[in-house]
Amino acid sequence: MHGSTVRGLLVRGMLAGLIAGLFAFAVAYVVGEPPVDGSIAVEEAQAAPEAHAGHGAAAAEEEEEAVSRPVQSTVGLATGVLVYGVALGGIAALAFSFALGRVGRFSPRATAALTAGAAFTLVYLVPFLKYPATPPAVGNPDTIGRRTTLFFLMILLSVLLGIAAVIIGRRLAPRLGNWNATLAASAGFIAVTAVAFVFLPANDDAVKAGFPAALLWEFRLASVAIQAVLWAVFGIVFGVLAQRLVAPRPATAGTSAEQAVPAVG
Amino acid sequence: MAEAVVSAAASTPSLSAPAPLPVRAVLPWALFVGLLALIALYFVGAEQGATSVFAGATVHEWVHDGRHLLGFPCH
Repeated sequence: MHGSTVRGLLVRGMLAGLIAGLFAFAVAYVVGEPPVDGSIAVEEAQAAPEAHAGHGAAAAEEEEEAVSRPVQSTVGLATGVLVYGVALGGIAALAFSFALGRVGRFSPRATAALTAGAAFTLVYLVPFLKYPATPPAVGNPDTIGRRTTLFFLMILLSVLLGIAAVIIGRRLAPRLGNWNATLAASAGFIAVTAVAFVFLPANDDAVKAGFPAALLWEFRLASVAIQAVLWAVFGIVFGVLAQRLVAPRPATAGTSAEQAVPAVG
Repeated sequence: MAEAVVSAAASTPSLSAPAPLPVRAVLPWALFVGLLALIALYFVGAEQGATSVFAGATVHEWVHDGRHLLGFPCH
C-alpha cells in the first residue's frame, strides 16, 4: 500500500514537472531566446575576422548545419526544458516522499512547497552563484570537461549540504525550538557553502573578455526566471495533487487503518 | 503490526502532520526512477559536451538552447 502511495506521488510529481516545464518553456522562449540569439550574433561577429582561430566561424557553421536555429529555439528548447522538468519532478516527488512527516508538522501541500523551494535553491541557485549559466559562444570549448565536472560537483555538494542541514536542524529542534533550530541550520549551510565557494576553483575562463555585459546580465536573469517559474509552478501543482493523495482525512476510530502510515523504521 | 498502526493513528489527531512513508517503501522507487531521471538529465545537460555516449553533435545541438538556459555548461 505504501508502495502504491509512492508510485502515485511519483506519477503526480512527473505530471507536475511536465506542467511546470510547459510554463518554463514559455518563459524560456519569450525572455530566454532573445539573449541567446544576441550571443550567437556576437559570436558570429567576433568569428568573422578571425575565422582561422579554429573554434570560431567553422564550428559555428557546423552547428548551424546540424540543427537549424528555428528548430533549436522551439522544439529543441521544449525537449530540453520538458525532459528536465519531468526528470526533476520525479526526483522531487521522491524527495517529498522522504520529507513528508519527517521535516516537521507540515501538510502535504506545505511539504511540497518546501520541497520545491529546496530543489530550486540546492539544484539551481547555489550552484548558479558559483558557476553561473553562460550564453552560447562565451565559453572556451577546451575547458568544457573541467567546467562540466565542477558544475555537477557543485550541485552534488549543494544537495548533500542541504540534506545535512535539514537533518541537523531536526536534531537541534528539541533543544532550540523549531525557529532557532531552522536559523542555526540555515546559518551553518550558508557558512559551509561560502567556504566551499572560496576553495573551489574559479571559473573565470567561462566568459571571454569583451562579451557585452548587458547581454550577459539579460541571459542570466532569463535563466533564473526560467528556473524560478519551473519550481514555483511545480510546487503549486504538485502540492495540490499530493494533498489530495496523502492528506490525512479526519480519523474515525476503527476505520482509519488504510490511511495510517506511521514509520516503522 | 496492523494493530499498532491503528492504535497509533487513533491516538494522534490526524489534522497535524501526515505520518511518514516508510523508507523501505520509498527506496526501491528512489533507486529505479532516480537512476532513470539522472540518465535523462545527463542527456539534457552534458551528452556530447564533456563526454559522449553517441558520436556526433546532434543531441548536443538539439537541446542546445535548453542546456544553456537551464544553467549547464554547454561548450
